[in-house]
Amino acid sequence: MIELHVLLGLMIIGAIVAMEIEDLLSSVIALGAVGFGLTLAFLLLRAPDLAITQLVVEILSLIILIRATVGVKLPREKIRSRIGYFIFAVIFVALFLSFSVKAIAQLPLFGDSLMRIGSQYVAEAKIKTAAANIVSAIILDFRGYDTLGEATVLFTAVIGVLAVLRKSRKQA
Amino acid sequence: MSLYILCTVLFAVGLYCLLVKKNLVKKIIGLGIMEYAINLFFILTGYRTAAEAPILDRELAITNFVDPLPQALILTSIVIGLAVTALMVAIAVRLYEKYRTFDINEIRRLRG
Repeated sequence: MIELHVLLGLMIIGAIVAMEIEDLLSSVIALGAVGFGLTLAFLLLRAPDLAITQLVVEILSLIILIRATVGVKLPREKIRSRIGYFIFAVIFVALFLSFSVKAIAQLPLFGDSLMRIGSQYVAEAKIKTAAANIVSAIILDFRGYDTLGEATVLFTAVIGVLAVLRKSRKQA
Repeated sequence: MSLYILCTVLFAVGLYCLLVKKNLVKKIIGLGIMEYAINLFFILTGYRTAAEAPILDRELAITNFVDPLPQALILTSIVIGLAVTALMVAIAVRLYEKYRTFDINEIRRLRG
């Protein structure tokens, strides 16, 4: 999977650009580049449903983020280098990386998934749900309550957005 | 194994961005990067070498599929990520309208 390595490397570079560039609009567009790289990675990993969803969601979130940054006139970000804060963040990230390397060593090797539950779903999808797409059989049938919970979270977040934005209209 | 490490590095970039940057939009971007890394990690753990996408075919009897369970879970997670991003951006826009800045230090100083 050398192409996946290249793609992940490009995504990391895009993420660093999005983090370090000064202009907010450029930063948001760099984040979009990372998201579209993720779409390609999903295609390479044999997840076409996810690639489609990620593409749509990526476009929508780009539009939302550009709405937040367009017309924003910021004075140049003054570099207040609090050295203690910076050192704390670096130590925290380094600790996180070292622990995660230890945890990853315990996982099964890449390309060798155990599929303890997934194999059962694959075997039963045709008989129990008559769905050709096993992923949709799982989200709509085997784990329908998860999807119901997801719809609740989505609805709550939309209500939150409406509540936050409506207040501004009343005050203005 | 190296793919897992690269994925963790991507997560660490997002974490660093979230911790160090003072700009609210940069913090939202950091959270977005972390979300991408987590989604990718789940799909990586479900991958099987030389396997097909989990879609049944009428003629071909394919038996070797990638794991469909993480894909179903992440499909949910992507949509929730969009809603959370929209909520964060709405709050950031409201803060900008009130304080005319995205800098959290300025916002904290102007409180009250």
